[in-house]
Amino acid sequence: MECIENNTGRDKRYAIQLIVNGDSYNIAVKANTLLVNVLRDQLNLTGTKKGCELGNCGSCTVLLDGEPVDSCLILAIEADGHEIITVEGVAKNSQLDTVQQAFIDNAAVQCGFCTPGMILSAKALLTRNPHPTETEVREAIAGNFCRCTGYVNIVKAVLAAAVTKDRGA
Amino acid sequence: MYLPDFDYYAPATLKEACFNLARLDGDAKVLAGGTDLLPHMKNEVIAPKALVSLKEIQGMQEITYVPGRGVVIGAKATHNALVRSQVLRDRYPSISETAHSMANYQIRNRGTIGGNIVSAVPSADLPPILMALDASVVMAGPHGTRTIPLEQFFVGPRCSVIACDEILTDIVIPDQAATGSAYFKFGLRRSGALAVVGVAASIVVNETRVAQAHVVLGAVAPTPVRAFKAEQLLIGNSVTEALLEEVGRAAADECKPISDIRGSEEYRRDMVRVFTKRALRKALHLPGEQKRGVK
Repeated sequence: MECIENNTGRDKRYAIQLIVNGDSYNIAVKANTLLVNVLRDQLNLTGTKKGCELGNCGSCTVLLDGEPVDSCLILAIEADGHEIITVEGVAKNSQLDTVQQAFIDNAAVQCGFCTPGMILSAKALLTRNPHPTETEVREAIAGNFCRCTGYVNIVKAVLAAAVTKDRGA
Repeated sequence: MYLPDFDYYAPATLKEACFNLARLDGDAKVLAGGTDLLPHMKNEVIAPKALVSLKEIQGMQEITYVPGRGVVIGAKATHNALVRSQVLRDRYPSISETAHSMANYQIRNRGTIGGNIVSAVPSADLPPILMALDASVVMAGPHGTRTIPLEQFFVGPRCSVIACDEILTDIVIPDQAATGSAYFKFGLRRSGALAVVGVAASIVVNETRVAQAHVVLGAVAPTPVRAFKAEQLLIGNSVTEALLEEVGRAAADECKPISDIRGSEEYRRDMVRVFTKRALRKALHLPGEQKRGVK
């Protein structure tokens, strides 16, 4: 992270590098720019949603070096040099990820606002624990609020994705 | 929701960070995980002129056992690191369990033990269990380091003895003959809720009598507090259900809760009575309450 020249005071901009969904981006950010705003406004990756913006609802969940975090509580400058996966980076070669397909198959998408964060939390869970219990699924998505309050299908979808992954699909 | 403007520094060494803080003379805040600091700034409760980030400072996140010193936890260790640490699971599973009961997975990936302590929020979960285990905190300043018992660290809500040019670097839990320790909290939800009441206990039983006991209450006073009278009732006695009830009542008498949106004074006081018993039972490995404890 270096300061870009000819910038002073609080308008100072810093050159940072983010690796988002496998692509490297060299961008300039202010010290107070949040990661969620860089993703949405500068990189046009609007799959990451803004909800409470205080780290309660999990709508802005992204994977930072593989771990789910709230991108509304991370300064972009603090993510300099790190790898980020947003919901746009989950499908590969136009092929939906098992978790995404399971959400569709189990009618877990609902209004869709919490879905990107849910999918990323679920993906991280299945990576660290391929055979979660229902309690473990509920705990893993406890930081992702669904205001349709329809967690039942979401939990079903994550459990189904675990089974599908097992079959090697 | 945007953050106000501030200057940003990410020094490579602790010393430099302390000098930065000294130069900014109280107008700066230390940024580690940011899970408490940034919401505070977004809510316009504070507006520091500068943030001094610890991200470039190497180390400060290891959890190790140092013979003769005890378990040393770097202040940058995240809550999930506390949950996963084999050192803690072997020696002080109550700390891992407490960390597991905090916030939610995303926050536990960023929030740090140092931040949880330095924020000095009365309902914070880690300070009571750390105090029950006689933990000390190490602070680095521009002119060296100092170590104090965690018990002497807190002054009031969001207020501690750390100077504006000091940085909390380590938490040290000395070796002890503890029979067991436990933290029980009551929140309004299973996940993400602040503690309405939190009670930590650590206890040493020789033969059948209690040799040493710490009972620390959280969220029921301006700072976490020791329940000295409750502890005294235990020392030298055999633990019975009747004694536990008496100890619970003593702890309830000693706390100074407020009434707020989460619970009334009376309710909190009665919960202290109940949770003191539960925490002690769990610390003593007595059956009956495990299921309801923090997981």
